[in-house]
Amino acid sequence: MIGTPNTPWLETAGAWLLAGLWILPLAYAFWAAFHAPGDATSLRLASPIVLDNFHYVWKVAPFPTYFLNTFMLVTLILVVQLVLATLAGFAFARYDFPFKNIIFGTILLQLMIVPEALMVENYRTINFFGLNDSILGMAVPYFASAFGIFLMRQTFKSIPKELDDAAVVEGATSVQVLWRVYVPLARPTLLAYGLVSVSYHWNNFLWPLIVSNSVDSRPLTVGLQVFSSVDQGINWSFISAATLLSVAPLLIAFLLFQKQFVQSFLRAGIR
Amino acid sequence: MRASRASMTGLAYLAPAALLMALFTYYPAIVTVFHSLFSTAKANRPSRFIALDNYRYMLDDPIFWKAMHNNILFAIGTIPTSVAIALVMALWVNKKMAGRSFLRMAYFTPTILPMVAVANIWIFLYAPQIGPFSRAASLFGFGHVNFLGSQATALPALMVVGIWKEAGFFMIFYLAALQNIPPNLSDAAAIEGASRWYFFRRVVFPLMLPTTMFILVNAIVNAFRMVDQVIVMTQGGPDNATALLLYYIYQTSFSYWDTSYAAALSVVLLMILAILAFTQFGLMEKRVHYR
Repeated sequence: MIGTPNTPWLETAGAWLLAGLWILPLAYAFWAAFHAPGDATSLRLASPIVLDNFHYVWKVAPFPTYFLNTFMLVTLILVVQLVLATLAGFAFARYDFPFKNIIFGTILLQLMIVPEALMVENYRTINFFGLNDSILGMAVPYFASAFGIFLMRQTFKSIPKELDDAAVVEGATSVQVLWRVYVPLARPTLLAYGLVSVSYHWNNFLWPLIVSNSVDSRPLTVGLQVFSSVDQGINWSFISAATLLSVAPLLIAFLLFQKQFVQSFLRAGIR
Repeated sequence: MRASRASMTGLAYLAPAALLMALFTYYPAIVTVFHSLFSTAKANRPSRFIALDNYRYMLDDPIFWKAMHNNILFAIGTIPTSVAIALVMALWVNKKMAGRSFLRMAYFTPTILPMVAVANIWIFLYAPQIGPFSRAASLFGFGHVNFLGSQATALPALMVVGIWKEAGFFMIFYLAALQNIPPNLSDAAAIEGASRWYFFRRVVFPLMLPTTMFILVNAIVNAFRMVDQVIVMTQGGPDNATALLLYYIYQTSFSYWDTSYAAALSVVLLMILAILAFTQFGLMEKRVHYR
């Protein structure tokens, strides 16, 4: 029996058909990556499964460096974003200062500007600071995120003020209040924002492509592009293996923490 | 005195984020407008003030119009389809259906993969002769179509990738909205003997409208920031058939090094984004009034 009493079998079949269609490109990449180049496009089920393509790709292109660069890029952005958003969110949620609302509104304006629209001038700035071809140069425009600040402000505002009054009475400084009272209570928001940030920057391509111009700074996305368009000619098995290699960590993390991913994307809205 | 000390503390917390944001968002946004009024410095000619000449040039620039045209085609070609598919996906995944969690995963997976990786796979799928699409085309007597290499098919080929990548992302917003529909509505409809189609048309669909608006505006923004796929799959070709606005800005700035003209093009992009953002604020305002 297909489908439960609630769902006609035709709909279940449709849903599965669509899912099959949606997974097909990935399945095809898997097939090509695990078969010898000669068998990549044949789809003969009897063709032997091999791991040579992964070996080859790992050896011939500096994928370990690319991995390390992506890891450093994503970590650097994540840590700084979380710290800055927490501090600024705390300022907006619990302090009064001149022009507070105007400043907050100005920060929210960033939400409508996609960073790519500013790449020409930001590239000039990066060069001015001598950050061309560096991980820091790739990361620094993303450090201050209006979205993160907004999210943290909302979260902190929902925390009852009595909690920090109590801490202040016991002689805690403002930094201690933030660290001991607010940050622990905001953990779900921080996690959601973190997941979205990591998957966004793991996948980010255009800005790293502009900033990096050597093997030493290239992240995976740029490295993959260089590998498939320059290094490799057309060998689908190698390209598929390289592609799977570069998405593997994120894909595995997604499969393990599917629910958290979906929920984080929802909670964090669009960015 | 105490109050001003507290406000100093607040400002201190805010300062690092505000400083970086000023440097990488507000400063470049203003300077982009400023630079668009100057000519690009060349080896023998320094940059000079030319007022609106860059914009006048833009009006006569066939590639700019081609890119705008392509962007609009891309939006029309991808958004209604991917939003409709997203709604259907969400309706399915929201049901008690065999293998529901697998379905949700299958629909959502393209969203979390980098566009560069995805584009590589699709180049393979579109490859003339060996790729499955080309084989299917020749099976039906169209010969070996070079999907990414011919003017007529290159942009539609990119649209298919766009739909495939975005539908699962929009699905989760519909899914959240569907889960907020109180179950007693469907119970009441069942008691009244309403058909499933009637219930969808008169209850579910109207309740999905705010979500649809939200998704639509974001989908249009995404259509105008679409670029990774163009860089990897077609480089804007053949003969600018797949040149999109952001790709043209990238090309003008980092291949031709005409940074002033790129600044003028960026101003156009920023204006489009601003209009979309105000539309969205307007829609949200309306939504608040309904409640």
